[in-house]
Amino acid sequence: MSAIRVPVVEKILSANDRMADENRFLLDQNNVFSINIMASPGAGKTSFILQTIKHLSNEFKIGVIEGDTAPVTIDADKIIKAGMPAVQINTGGDCHLEAAMLSDGIKQLPLNELDVMIVENVGNLICPAAWYLGTHINLLVASVPEGDDKPYKYPNIYRGLNVLIINKTDLTPYVEYNMDYFRKGVELLNPGLITFPLSCRTGDGVDAWAEWLKTQVKQYRQGK
Amino acid sequence: MHELSVTESILNLALENANKAQAVKVTGINLVIGQLSSIVDDSIQFYWDTISEDTICQGAKLSFNRIPAVLQCQDCKKEYSIAQELTPCPVCGSYRSVIIHGEEFYLDSIEIEKDQEMIK
Repeated sequence: MSAIRVPVVEKILSANDRMADENRFLLDQNNVFSINIMASPGAGKTSFILQTIKHLSNEFKIGVIEGDTAPVTIDADKIIKAGMPAVQINTGGDCHLEAAMLSDGIKQLPLNELDVMIVENVGNLICPAAWYLGTHINLLVASVPEGDDKPYKYPNIYRGLNVLIINKTDLTPYVEYNMDYFRKGVELLNPGLITFPLSCRTGDGVDAWAEWLKTQVKQYRQGK
Repeated sequence: MHELSVTESILNLALENANKAQAVKVTGINLVIGQLSSIVDDSIQFYWDTISEDTICQGAKLSFNRIPAVLQCQDCKKEYSIAQELTPCPVCGSYRSVIIHGEEFYLDSIEIEKDQEMIK
């Protein structure tokens, strides 16, 4: 026997990335603009999706893929009740969605009828940041009661974002939260990141987000 | 973070390349991991010992080449290394920086054994 070194030089998650590219190809084939929504548990991801549907249901058909670590359909049920198609994916205890899981979900949605597909990732600020899914943009829902230090403590997730939502702004008077400190941290990690402060409970600020998304979908269709 | 999924990916990649090279055994796995990739070496090794059992990778030694984080200041263009996140530029104090090194996350090479007969 003789030992030989075989060069590989391949990204550890390359198999995931290849699957993500296939997801993107399928979405593009069907002209579906897609958003990967990440957040910590309880930040308001599902409420945010429901508000988005409420504001845009006249313009867009929006399909939703709900990722959860436990075998429940609580979130998907809410979306279906709001009149949009939804698929629940259970990760079987895993802390994040991977491209292969999303691929299974995508195939269950009526892609040819959709304008937008929203993926609700597992509530977690660490793991989802490392797995590319093939969606067009990464979005984070941060929320005021979580605290203003989160960009400093979870830098990786902020670095990879295309758009940031600051939810529960109606709670600002009741909690210790320095918006300037929070936004300074974000600016250091992701300079110029487009940010929408809003409240899913009162609906304040949701209009601006909905308008921005409309523009993104339009630009996406024109760019193809 | 999610070391089990990562370890499975490493094993699949190693097996794929070992088979391509017609290896009979894999003795070493050389990984390159940047400082900013949140991966715990011990945890990977723990999962590795379990999931590589009964494959040609069983018993292979995992080596982690850790790459220190290097940032470049966007104001004065100075490159500097950091011990922790969000460290300002030591020259001009600016926080505006881009990552030059530290996000590496790849399988660099594998050490394999081949059947002597096949080499001839």
